[in-house]
Order: sequence, then structure tokens, then C-alpha cells
Amino acid sequence: MKISALEKKPSAHPREQMNVVIVGHVDHGKSTLVGRLLADTGSLPEGKLDFVRAQCERNAKPFEYAFLLDALKDEQSQGITIDTARCFFKSQKRDYIIIDAPGHIEFLKNMISGAARAEAAVLLIDAHEGIKENSRRHGYMMSFLGISNLTVCVNKMDLVNYDQKVFEQIKAEYLKFLKEVNLEPQNFIPIAAMNGDNIVANSAKMPWYKGASVLEALDGFKKAAPKHQQAFRMPVQDIYKFTARGDDRRIVAGRIESGTISAGEDVIFLPSNKRNRIKSIESFNTPAKQEAFTGQSAGFTMETQIYIRPGEIMCRAKDHLPHVSSKFKANIFWMGKQPLVKGKTYKLKVATQQVPVMLSEILSVMNASELSAAQKPHVDRHEVAECVLEAMKPVAFDAVGDIAETGRFVIVDNYEISGGGIILAPVFNEETALKQHIKKREYEWERSHIDPEKRAAKYDHKSALIIITGQIDTGKQKIAKALEEELFNLKRFTYFLGVSNRLSLASTDLKDKTLSKFEHLQQLGELAHIMTDAGLILITSITDIDEYELDMLKSLNLPNKTLVVKVGEGSFGDNKADLTLVENEDPQSAVKKIVDLLIRSVVLDPEYFI
Amino acid sequence: MSTSKYTMDKLDSLEAQSVYVLREAYREFKSLAMLWSIGKDSTVLLWLARKAFFGHVPFPLVHIDTSFKIPAMITYRDDLALQWNLNMVVGQNKAALEAKRTFPAGAVDRISCCKLLKTEALKHTLAGTWPRYRLNHKTKKYELDANIEPYTGVIVGARADEEGSRSKERYFSPRDRNSDWDIGDQPPELWNQFKTDFAPGTHIRVHPLLDWTELNIWEYIERESIPESIPIVDLYFDKGEGKRYRSLGCYPCTMPVESKAKSVPEIVEELRTGKFKNIAERAGRAQDKEDGGGLETLRREGYM
Repeated sequence: MKISALEKKPSAHPREQMNVVIVGHVDHGKSTLVGRLLADTGSLPEGKLDFVRAQCERNAKPFEYAFLLDALKDEQSQGITIDTARCFFKSQKRDYIIIDAPGHIEFLKNMISGAARAEAAVLLIDAHEGIKENSRRHGYMMSFLGISNLTVCVNKMDLVNYDQKVFEQIKAEYLKFLKEVNLEPQNFIPIAAMNGDNIVANSAKMPWYKGASVLEALDGFKKAAPKHQQAFRMPVQDIYKFTARGDDRRIVAGRIESGTISAGEDVIFLPSNKRNRIKSIESFNTPAKQEAFTGQSAGFTMETQIYIRPGEIMCRAKDHLPHVSSKFKANIFWMGKQPLVKGKTYKLKVATQQVPVMLSEILSVMNASELSAAQKPHVDRHEVAECVLEAMKPVAFDAVGDIAETGRFVIVDNYEISGGGIILAPVFNEETALKQHIKKREYEWERSHIDPEKRAAKYDHKSALIIITGQIDTGKQKIAKALEEELFNLKRFTYFLGVSNRLSLASTDLKDKTLSKFEHLQQLGELAHIMTDAGLILITSITDIDEYELDMLKSLNLPNKTLVVKVGEGSFGDNKADLTLVENEDPQSAVKKIVDLLIRSVVLDPEYFI
Repeated sequence: MSTSKYTMDKLDSLEAQSVYVLREAYREFKSLAMLWSIGKDSTVLLWLARKAFFGHVPFPLVHIDTSFKIPAMITYRDDLALQWNLNMVVGQNKAALEAKRTFPAGAVDRISCCKLLKTEALKHTLAGTWPRYRLNHKTKKYELDANIEPYTGVIVGARADEEGSRSKERYFSPRDRNSDWDIGDQPPELWNQFKTDFAPGTHIRVHPLLDWTELNIWEYIERESIPESIPIVDLYFDKGEGKRYRSLGCYPCTMPVESKAKSVPEIVEELRTGKFKNIAERAGRAQDKEDGGGLETLRREGYM
């Protein structure tokens, strides 16, 4: 039974669990080590060992412990691990999920997937072959992923006659490398996994080694302390309202990545900057809760109604807040089949935010195996680069060194997660890609002999883009159409552009939601710019756009005027709107208010206008 | 272990991660469904959905009825569907059943029978190309479902500890147009970022229970008892004959195990320290043993 933490009944078996990844160059014996660990700790299902032995005998293959892990047919026939396997085993101290990662470069993204969920790592180096390319690359990736719990094993000591000199030489060389990537292993262990030397107990074959066995090293890993002391961060996954099921609660849901929070506390949502207060902490089949903390998947109701979208980070108002910026400096590890290039729009996922993003600058590209940096115009597969990324609107994040969970991201290219990254710092720079684009457009625009003043004099009004926005079903479109009709009857130069008139190509449905919405707004902005340039009062209605999207539309419509009419509650504050109407306002009165607004702002001769 | 009042034990962490995965799936997939096999795992999964969505299950539950399920399972399914107001959808390979292409009565082996009654039926039910039957809560009868839109997100209760190929799954695992699984080229999963983007025609299998073991499932059932408890079909318990099912499937291919465990705590003890401590759960499933990788072959082709 689960109660708020204080009263929680201690479980009869309060066991700790830890995820450990096994990494290293291909064929250095990772699966063998895991197989041996499972066998020697009695963690294999009964009969499994005999079954695999019998299978080997039948196929006239020598038995290998790796066969216990390499469950896939291709893996067994090729003798290599292709994909990460999870296996479960217990020591006296705790339960482990052991993640056996592939060592072949071809399967690096599988290794990364395994390692990214690990709390500790065991890295293997073959005593006979010595340090190889992926020994270093994997070491670097552990540092990149922030895994500081590390033990290194020098395997296959039997092939070098258990010679201490070989071990010490590899140890010295690899420690030097680890130091460069800021890692310090807790243990350096000589082993022969196949024979079980130094796996669960010290081996008589290497009396010169007095340190921990692999099992002791595992038990010696310390779990990271939970981040209750840190600033509160909860990336919002969703906002639920199951009204149709007779439930009136509006619940903000997400997982708490750091800190703690209580009912009654003031919170702020970023990047939208909306403030509110927590009314209640919601949960199913538990006693009422007053407090929620790091690691919990939680739900909250707010004191006052709030319109926010998934992706915002909920923070405690008085805490140190995350950065909000559209540009940031980051280290990116690229896994995409196509290289990471400038000038292409990707999707950025940071915490639960999803925004279009472009590569703005490559500071250096690094070979993760040799730690050598180079200048390159793009980032190839398996390379790590320090870059500046520019999102198409501001995102909220922390530097990875402050709060790792809100300082990590992935980049999606053509449906695939193609890059992973850690944010180093925000970059505050007024020169955005959008501003550059508009500057260039204005510079290159071929102008006619009829300038805006002449047009305005002719039509007796300046041009304008009128954006009518609000939530779904608030009567926006009705108002927009009534307005067009009214202006038309007044013989004004006007046009209603419904967003349902698919601006984007017919293939919109097949495209990424985040990117296609952005593209759609971009096209709308460009189109509006042409039509307002022609002197029109252009009217459009859009459902639920936020402050930044609004800014983008306004910028694209520059130098012409944009007027914003907000219907009901919306994702941006009233101060961003030129006029606010109530939900489902009578179109007649709405039209009158908008016409008044036009008279105040774009009409040259009001008397003549009406 | 820390004595702080903010401790999360193993079950708390497993629950939080599963809930996180479920919420990601619900936000990202318009056409989402959860497979409910009636067994303990997918019933715990169903319970976790109620945790994630504060008592609601905001997507349909799909059950593939092979017609060889133990009858008590079907009664239990419909009772719970009515009680929890579940949007229950059932699919079936009627053609194979009518042609009697089943094991052991018909002229097909176990693997082919699984393929026809489960894999094929599942593939077509998910795609909407075969009829779906939806429970009408008023009449308590199943009716032809008007919704034939393909499900693009399918939540499944597979656990990594069950069997080799399942240990290689992702939380969000893509399947191509033919429901095929390309094991060699799976998407990377970094931290808590999953593959939620997918090309038209493909779909994603979502696995919230990947990190749970059989023991965790029973420990959780034991813990979640107040005020409501997770209802578990009674086939899992010994009723005095010294036998119980450890894993539920079709009766021709699923055998009960010798066990005197009559209650949830007794099952937990049996798995933790007792006779099943080191015996795999699917030991009683015959189709896994048909060839070198029976379940892998089935799973590559869409078996859950």
C-alpha cells in the first residue's frame, strides 16, 4: 500500500535496484562476463545452463557463456551481440538489471540506448588485444552520458598468463585516457571471465591482485542521491480533463525530475511565464497527498484555471528558475544515417518540449575515440560536436551540470531520433534566424511604383493582418467571417483566409505535427505579408497559438500592421492582444468592437469609413 | 538505504516509469489501444493506466480471442470491462476457426496455430482490416465496431525477463507496415526520450512493463490493496488440487504448475524464496520450444 512517504509501511523486503551497463570493444568479452555473473551467482533459471550446453553440443559448437545472453538467432550465428539485452540478477546487497550492450561500432546506437538508462558501468578491455577504438569511444560516451560510477575490467588475463605487467600497462594507459574525459574508475580489475577468475571471488591465479572482485565492485557502486534538495522541476507531459467521464478535475501531469512541492505553493510555468498556485495533489488509489517529490509521476490541480500546453516546465515560483532562450550551446552525439547539417529544420525534444530547431554553428567536431577536435561543415554519424542550436521559439532548460534531466535533449530527423545532446549554456543573441530572414527578404523585395501610402490613400485605410485566436469552439471563425462581410459591405478591401484552407501541401497529415504546425504558420506569415503589402485588411482565425508563434506571425508580416483579437482564454496573456472578447461573443457586437479597433488604428478618415 | 521521508522503493520507481511511458504514449498517439490478454501482466498494466489517468482508461482495450482461452478468463474480462467502464474491443480469426486450422484438432502445429489465431488476428484487428467487436455497456453484448481506423500506438504488457527476444525490446518499438520487427535496427532510446514519431503505415508498440519481473508484478499486486485491490483471475491460485496456472494462454498449450499457493502473498513467497525462485515463467508454454527461437520468430512477425 502506498501512502505519503512519512507513514509508509516499510516493505518486508526493502531491496534496492540498480541498472548497470556492460560496455567495451567488440569481442572483449562483455556477454561472457554477464553470462558468467549470472551463472556464478545462481541467477539463471533452472535448466537454462544445461539447455544451452546441450544446444551447443547438438550443433558441435564449443559452449560459451555469451550464448546465455545472445538470445537472437542472428547473434548466435554471428557470435556477436547486436542489441542490448536486459537481464536480472541479485547479489546479497541489491537487485540488478544488467544491460549487456553491443561493442560493434555498427550497433553504437544500441549501446547508447543501453547506457543512457544505466546508473553505473563496467567497461571491459581485452588483455591480449589491449585498448581499442571502442574502448575509448565507450569510455568517452560514459562521460558524455554522465555515468560516473565506473569499474574497468581487463579481461582474458588467461591469454597473457595472468601477467601483472600486462595489466598494469593497460591500466596506466587507460587511466590517462579516462582522466582526459573527467572519469575516475572506482576499480580496475584483472579478470578471466570465461574461467570465472575474479568474478565473484578473488582468484588464486592472480595472487598479486588484492582488490575487489567484479561482484564486490558492483555492490560498491553508490546510488546517486535523489535530487530533493534541488530546485523543483516538473516537465508537463499533459493536461487532463476527463469531463466526458464525469470528472471535472483539470490535472497537470508529469514526472518530477528534481525537488519537492506541496499543495498551496506558488508555481510558474516556463517558457510561457504563467503563474498559478497548487490546489491539490492528485493520485489514484492512494490516501490524499500534501507533498510530491523527485521521481514521482504526479498530477496537480491549480487554484485558477490555466491554459498551458504540454512541454512547459512547472517550477516553484521562488526557486532558481531554468533558462529560457531559443539559442544554446550543446554537445551533440550524432547517430543519424544522414549527417547533421545547417539550413535544415529538425525537431528538438528537450524534457517534454518539442520545437523545430536548426543547427546554427558548429564550434568543433570531435572524434570520440581519439579525442581530436576538427573544424567541419557538418557532423557525421558517430561523431560528437560542440554546437550552437537555434530553436524556432524559446525553450526552457537547465545547463546539464545544474539539473541533468532538464538539460538533455534529442534531435529527431525524419521520424528517427538521430542525435542526443547535453546543454552547456544558453546563448543570448538578438540576431535570430527569423530576423535574418526578414532582413534579407526586405532587402531583396522588388518594389513597385505604388508605395504603401498611395495604396492607403486610395483605399482610405492602411493594410492590416487581423488574427482572431482562442481555444477550439469559441466562435472565432464566425466572428472572422462576419467581420469580412461587414467590411466588404462597407466597400473595404478585405479578405478572410481560413486556416482550414490548407496552406501547407496536401501531405500535411503525413508530416510531423511539430514541424508542420511551424511550417504552416511560416507560410501563413509569408502569405499575409504579401496580401497586406497589397493593401488588404486580411482576416484569419487560428486555434490556440502561443505568444512566440504570435510573435513569429507578426514579424513575418512586418513592416505591415498586425492586430490580435483574443476570444476567451488563450495561451498568451491579454497584454499581447489588441482586443479581448468573451467566448462565443455575439458576432454583431464582436464585429462592432473590431471595427472600432480598426478605426483607431488603421483608418485614415473615420467619418468616411463608416 | 536513505531514511529520508522522500524514498522511492523499487516498486515506486517501476510504477513511476510505467506511468511516465503511458502518458507519453497517450499524448503522442491519436489512435491508441492497449492489448489486454486478461493475464496478470496486462491486468497490472491496465491498473497502471488507471494510475496514470487518475482512475480513467482513456483508450480502447483490445483482446484477441482465440476461442481456446480458458472460459473463466472471458467471464472475468467482461465483468471487469463493465465494472470499470472500459472501452472493450475484441478481434478473432474467424476464417481459421471455421476451417479448423488449429492445434491440436486441425492439421497445424503449435507455431502455426499461434500465428493464425494470435499473430494474424492481432495484425488485422489492429489494422482495422478484420471486424472489431465492441462491448455495448447497455446491452452487455459485443457489436460490430464502426471504428476501423488502424491503431498507430499499441500498448503491450511484455516484460524483458520473460524470454530472450523480449529482453531486447525498447519502451517504444516500431513495427513496419507488415507488423514486422527489425531487431537489428531498433531506434535509440536516450534518457526519457522515446521514438514517438513514425512514418505513415507503420505503428509503434509501447512497452511500459519492460523493467518489471514476474516477482515485481506479484509484489505490486500484493501492495496495491487499499482501498481498492487489483482483481486477478482466480486461475492463478490453487483451489485445493495442488495446481495453479503461472502463465495464462490457450488451454491446449498452457499447463498448470504444481503449486499450493492459494493467495497473492503465497505466490510472492513462492517466487521469492520457494520452488519457482529459479524456474522461468514460460516453462509451461509449449510454443516457445518448437524450434531454436520459436517466440522470436513469432515476435518478429508481430506476435506480442
